Formats: sequence, structure tokens, C-alpha cells
Amino acid sequence: MDQTHIKYTLSWAAMAAMGFVLIFMAQMVGLIGHYGVTTIVLIGINVIAALGLNLVVGISGQFSLGHAGFMAIGAYATALIMAVMPGVMGFIVGMVTGIAVSGIVALIVGIPTLRLRGDYLAIATLGFAEIIRIVIMNLKITNGPAGIFGIAPFVSWQLVYILAVITLIIVVNFVRSMPGRAIIAVRDNEIAAESLGINTTKYKVIAFVLGALFAAMAGSLRASFIQSIAPKDYAFMQSIMILIIIVIGGIGSMSGKVITAIALGILDTLLQNFGSLRMVIYSVILIVVMLIRPQVIFGSRELSLKKWLFDGGDGHDTDHTENA
Amino acid sequence: MTLFIQQVIKGLMLGSVYALLALGYTMVYGIIKLINFAHGDIYMLGAYFGYFFIKVLHLNFFIALILAMAVSAVIGVLIEYIAYRPLRHSPRIAVLISVLGISFLLENGMTYLYGSDQRSFPQAIKTVQYHFYGIQVSNIQLIIAVTSVVLMLLLTYVVKRTKMGRAMRAVSADPDAATLMGININHTISFTFAIGSALAAAGGVLIGLYYNSIDPLMGMTPGLKAFVAAVLGGIGIIPGAAVGGWLIGILETMVQATSFSAYKDAVVYAMLIVILLIKPTGILGKNKREKV
Repeated sequence: MDQTHIKYTLSWAAMAAMGFVLIFMAQMVGLIGHYGVTTIVLIGINVIAALGLNLVVGISGQFSLGHAGFMAIGAYATALIMAVMPGVMGFIVGMVTGIAVSGIVALIVGIPTLRLRGDYLAIATLGFAEIIRIVIMNLKITNGPAGIFGIAPFVSWQLVYILAVITLIIVVNFVRSMPGRAIIAVRDNEIAAESLGINTTKYKVIAFVLGALFAAMAGSLRASFIQSIAPKDYAFMQSIMILIIIVIGGIGSMSGKVITAIALGILDTLLQNFGSLRMVIYSVILIVVMLIRPQVIFGSRELSLKKWLFDGGDGHDTDHTENA
Repeated sequence: MTLFIQQVIKGLMLGSVYALLALGYTMVYGIIKLINFAHGDIYMLGAYFGYFFIKVLHLNFFIALILAMAVSAVIGVLIEYIAYRPLRHSPRIAVLISVLGISFLLENGMTYLYGSDQRSFPQAIKTVQYHFYGIQVSNIQLIIAVTSVVLMLLLTYVVKRTKMGRAMRAVSADPDAATLMGININHTISFTFAIGSALAAAGGVLIGLYYNSIDPLMGMTPGLKAFVAAVLGGIGIIPGAAVGGWLIGILETMVQATSFSAYKDAVVYAMLIVILLIKPTGILGKNKREKV
């Protein structure tokens, strides 16, 4: 713990606090209305989901197309528990239950499927997410395709902001911990990592389960914010939306993800005025972005405050910036 | 027993369409290792072209079928040229996002242009029911089955006997060696997309004729299921796609006949996961040893 490190941590904390104060001020002055707040909350929820998926796709290099399934578990657990247990307590218990159930499901799904590689894993996770959706669509308790309405709103932008920051802190620290480094080793060269005694399946499962926990949290926040949920909100498309944030933000880059989520959130709000042309424009932008920058906007680079503020700092920062 | 045979016939018919779609997936995957998620949307486009040729231009069904296949083949080649070729040496996930972008573009573009409502497909051929020993078969079902089988035989001939087919097999086995032997990889890939898209369009027109309705999102679920069929049969293996397609078709119709009919799609995906866990290379796939 040298002094630069403390300064560095403090400046990140200051930046997070500044963002909070800025939004607060803007809302007070009336710069962002109801619409703006909605955008901010949805961006925050996407950041949480994307950081979770980033652990699976970016950090452990496993290709998952089933993130929406775990979001659905979080959302439905919250909605169902809040129906029998109104109030803030219900929301908290619902979210915790959703996260726990999602983690257990991820564990059950992950242990057999993570032995598969690359595209096969992608297909298997896609299959699981679709199964979760079809089951939700046909159960009585989840009210079938119509979904659940009138979920009590307990989500404010403040809550989402704080949870997104906490998620970021957890994910960044996890990546730099011992299991995190083991996961990166598995991604970079599975065979080499295995021959050095790393239990590859175990670490892949850890990343997968953690990713599912954050997905459930995002789903739970969304359920209470939008106040209604339906199975179609958690189709293949939703997994893809989160995946797009990850890919455009640069596989592995955390700051890239946050910035992309913000940019896409704003883009989405701007495109609302175009009505049915909205998705057409969105898909064209998507293709053009891919064609112009195939190595994808951020690559694995991080926005490094250390480089800005402390002129490169000393030796130990390089390994963080290169780790993705 | 007759009920069982009736369901098998229905399943084989549905499976033929899945097989036509799965062939496109498997050929493209075999040659450039890309899951072409836009393939289901080409199937949708094919159905719309068929609709246009029959309803607006009043063409004969089979001429409309061939024209729809030809136009879709051109579109398939164009899509590959615009959205996939520039990314051939990029990370695979970037290509995948581009593919998904194309898929969204086709779905939402068609919704924007023609609305999201279902349209009824013109009854180009009068339905006639035949009865054999209590089993009922319609002429439409026969047309679907026969057309699919003819197209599959044609494809087998192209892949096995023609120069272009040999080039396709060579590129799929080893692209670098194929280039050294003087094969033009870009032409071969374009050709693969053309064939795959034509087959998907044929599937779309046939399904339009059978179900009588088409809409811009009709390609999503069959696309995923056809992909499951391709994986089930062994992705990259052409006969595997046909086997997988028929198996998925029969499985789906069987589940639909039981009280679990709402879960028919879930059963297909569950089947996929089971197959992936037991034999990831598919029914007809060979195991490859991984080299260090």
C-alpha cells in the first residue's frame, strides 16, 4: 500500500461521488427530467448486467448467450416475493432470493456445460435461457405470457447508481484476486493453465456463477423499476443487448463497458422519437460500428486515472491495465 | 398406431423444412466457422419473395419458388460481402455481432416496410387430402417432402461431383492449403452463402404454403431450431443436417401431440443440451483429438 495506490483509490472514489453529485444537481436544477432519470436508471441496470457478463465473456473467455435467463430469474423471484410480502422488506428479500436462486441455477447449469468449448457453450447457454423463458411462460404462478403487473417501485436512480458502483468495485477486485488471475490464465491458455495445476472447470464455474448473480440483481432492479415483467422481455434479444455492450466496450475492459452502456442508453433514448424506424437505425449503427472498428472501440484498454493524474505512477500499474 | 404414423409423417414434413435451413447453417459453419444467426431471416425473406411472386406477379408456384430462391441467393451473397467479409480476420465475436446486426436489420426493416402483422400466404395450390389405410396426407405435405428431398439430392450432387463443391470441401478442410492449391476462397464462400440462402428461401416458401401465414419474425424460432438440428446431426456435416432436421421435426410433433405441447420448444432445447453433453460433435460427428 504505497501512497500512489491510496491516492489512486481515493480519486476513483471521488470520481464516483462526483458523478452522483452531478446527476443530483442536474436533477435539482431540472436539467434532466423524468425521461432522463429513466435513462440513467436503465443505463445503471445495463452496467450491472454487462459487468456480470463481462466476468464470463471478457475475463474467463467463455461465450455465454444466456444472460437473459438469469435476469429473468432475478426479476420473477423479486416480483413473486413482493406479491406476498409488500414493502421494502419484500423487495430486499426478493432480490436476495433471486440472486441466490440464480446462483444455484448457474451452478447446476455451469458444472456440466462449462466443459464445452467456444461455440458449443454459447449454444448450450442459449438453450438454457430459452428453456427458462418457456417454463416461465407456461407456469401458472408466473402468469404465463402476460407476465406480472403492478410491482411496487422501490428503485430510484440513487440505489441503482450505488449498486452499479459496488458491482464495479467487486468485479475489479475480483479480477485482481487469486481466483481472478487463475480465470485469466484459463482464458489465455487453457492447456497451459491446466498443466500448472489450475482446476479450469472450477474457475470457469466461479466466473459463470458470479456473472449470474449480477444478472439476477440487474433483473430484480429492472422488475421493480419498470413495475411489470413479461417473459418476452427476457428473450434471446436481451442476452444479445448485453453482449453488444460488452463487445463494443472491448472484451475485458471495464471502463469501456461503462462508457458503452452510457452511450447506448443515450442512443436508445434519442432513437425513441423515430418510432418503428428505431431498431432499423440501431442495427445499421451496430453493423457500421463493427465494420469500422473490428478490434472494437476500447480493445482491452482501460481508462487509467493513474496515468492521467500521477504521470504513470510506478511499476505496478502496468499489470492491471494490461490484464484484459 | 395410425395416429403415431400420422404424427411421424407430420414430423418428417416439418423436419424437411428444418433440414433445408440446417443445411445452410452447417455449410456456412463448416467453411468459415460462423454461426449465421441471420439465416432464419433469409428464410423469412424467401417467404416474402414467394408471397410477392405469387400474389403480385401471379406466377406459378414452382416458378415463384425458384425465383425466390434465386433472389435470396443474391441477397445472401450481398450480406456476406458487406457485413462478414471485411471482418474475416477480426475476433469471432465481432463477426457475431455483425451477424446479429444483419438479423435485426432484416427483421426490423421488414417490419418497418410491411408492418408486423401476419399476412396470409396465397393458396397457389389447392389442398387435396389423400387417404391410405386411415392415414391422411395432403398434396401440400407431399410437395414439401418431395421438394426438400430433391433439393437435398441436388445439393449432394453439387458438393460431391462439381468443381465448386470440391472447392467447398477443400476450403472447409483447410483454407490455407486450399488457397495454395489455387482455390479462390472468396468465391467459394460466396457460393456457399448463395446455396445456403437459396435452400433457406425454399424452406420459407414451403412453410408459407403449408401454414398460410408469414410475418417478419417468422424466422427467429425456426432459425434457432434449425441450428439445433445442425448441431444435433454434427455441425459442418451435410448429411448430419438432414438427419438432425428430421429428428427435431419428429420430436417436436410428438411432444405437440402430448399434453406437454406448450413445452415443445423447451424439449427441443433440452435435447440439444443433452446431445452437447453426451456427444458435442453430434450424431454423425467424429471426435477430434486436441493437440497441444
